[in-house]
Amino acid sequence: MSILLDGLQALGASGMHTLRRIGRAHLLFVAMVGGVIDMLRKPGLLIAQLFSVGVLSVLLIAVAGLFVGMVLGLQGFYILSQFSAEATLGVMVAASLVRELGPVVTALLFAGRAGSALTAEIGLMKATEQLSGLEMMAVDPIRRVLTPRLYAGVLAMPLLAAMFSALGVLGGYFVGTGLLGVDGGTYWTQIAAKIDFNEDIVNGVIKSLVFGVVCTWIALFQGYDTVPTSEGVSRSTTRTVVHSALAVLGLDFVLTALMFGN
Amino acid sequence: MKSVSDPSDEKPLVRIRGLKFRRGSRVIFDGVDVDIQRGQVTAVMGPSGTGKTTLLKLISGQLRPDAGVIEVDGLNVHALNRAELYRLRMRMGMLFQSGALLTDLNVFENVAYPIREHTDLTESLIRKLVLIKLEAVGLRGAAGLMPSELSGGMARRIALARAMAMDPMMIMYDEPFTGQDPISMGALLKLIRSLNDAAHISSILVSHDVQETAAIADEIYVISNGHVIQHGTPERMMNSDDPWVRQFLHGLPDGPVPFHYPAPPLADDLLGEGG
Repeated sequence: MSILLDGLQALGASGMHTLRRIGRAHLLFVAMVGGVIDMLRKPGLLIAQLFSVGVLSVLLIAVAGLFVGMVLGLQGFYILSQFSAEATLGVMVAASLVRELGPVVTALLFAGRAGSALTAEIGLMKATEQLSGLEMMAVDPIRRVLTPRLYAGVLAMPLLAAMFSALGVLGGYFVGTGLLGVDGGTYWTQIAAKIDFNEDIVNGVIKSLVFGVVCTWIALFQGYDTVPTSEGVSRSTTRTVVHSALAVLGLDFVLTALMFGN
Repeated sequence: MKSVSDPSDEKPLVRIRGLKFRRGSRVIFDGVDVDIQRGQVTAVMGPSGTGKTTLLKLISGQLRPDAGVIEVDGLNVHALNRAELYRLRMRMGMLFQSGALLTDLNVFENVAYPIREHTDLTESLIRKLVLIKLEAVGLRGAAGLMPSELSGGMARRIALARAMAMDPMMIMYDEPFTGQDPISMGALLKLIRSLNDAAHISSILVSHDVQETAAIADEIYVISNGHVIQHGTPERMMNSDDPWVRQFLHGLPDGPVPFHYPAPPLADDLLGEGG
């Protein structure tokens, strides 16, 4: 009986702990979003974070996009050639990238590169009392430190995903036309004819924006809520990557069902 | 050593009454009363883990007490809204144990940071103010260095210059001497006392370095087990008959705080199952 009660107590405590964390995460999100006016008065803060979060991720995203597009070109060609539909390779590559792989893989890479860096940075600022120092200087650390990073992440994600998709389409083109003999004109014409601006591109951008909000929010919350020790920061950084990946994949299913389901 | 204070300011700058605070099930403060007088250096001492840093965080409104009142310059800290609390903090400075310098800014920008945030002063005026503050702590020549290039003692002096940037009415020092070599410690001792007197501010000094703290403090509070054990001038405290105060201030290995952590008798342990 007592083991059962202990188990129930532990379950309840764990549930309360999780609910409190979710509550704190939402309060932090509201506070960060509310800091937008303050941030716009100092646009330099946003620009610096756009560089840190976005520009420094460009090489990773570009290389990954190119390779993913090349693999799509190869795989797509071998499947489509079985139905004598090689001419539609461009559409297959572009649709896969713009609708799914662009936003999703970019978000996963973003979580691994920029998200983990954000968590470690904020976590270390907390551990070294820099956030408390700002508080004591009557400067709100949420508005001054976290808000610019949130908006930078949200703005950078669609741009990075667009770059990923564009380079992926180019990668598919190089493989399809250079190695496998697909006609270049057909490749581009098919893309222009079949890729719909609203259906494909706008929906892909919406996905990227959602992933940008979620990944950056998770990263910043994990850093801000970290236990201020080296082990705590390490765990928070790991949680950022794991939670972001799961959230992106789960949300991708939900968004895809909403956007493309009948 | 007291500085000249305004006769109208007879009330303590910080007044704490009936302070209770706990972390989880652990009681940190259980009915603590403290008065920090204006113009004085007041030391809060006690063994590690007694809540000295917690007391500073409660005074500055970073933590909320479970019960009791903390007034700073007549304002109930925990009854203030966020904007009012920030206005009060602009009149407070705090020197953190780690220095808490912003690692992505150089020394000059760190000291300029609060001035840029809270004033519309011109760049040339900010430059003059920052250089004056850095000169006061003897580190004007280090203005272009990054925090990672500073020694521990230099970082704390820079942090002190930043804490002074807005000309506060009080500065709180959290373990300023920990890990300092004798030269840095001497420099910090001199700075704390001289800045307190020259700028007519009040200082709260949290430390367990007895000799150094007693040398510059006007009043010492000794805290342990959630209570103020005793307070008074350094002379009175050093000559105290209270066994607990004597043990702490004179560094006696045994006394009310036992040398041995509570354990069963040694013989039982040695001859028990494990033996």
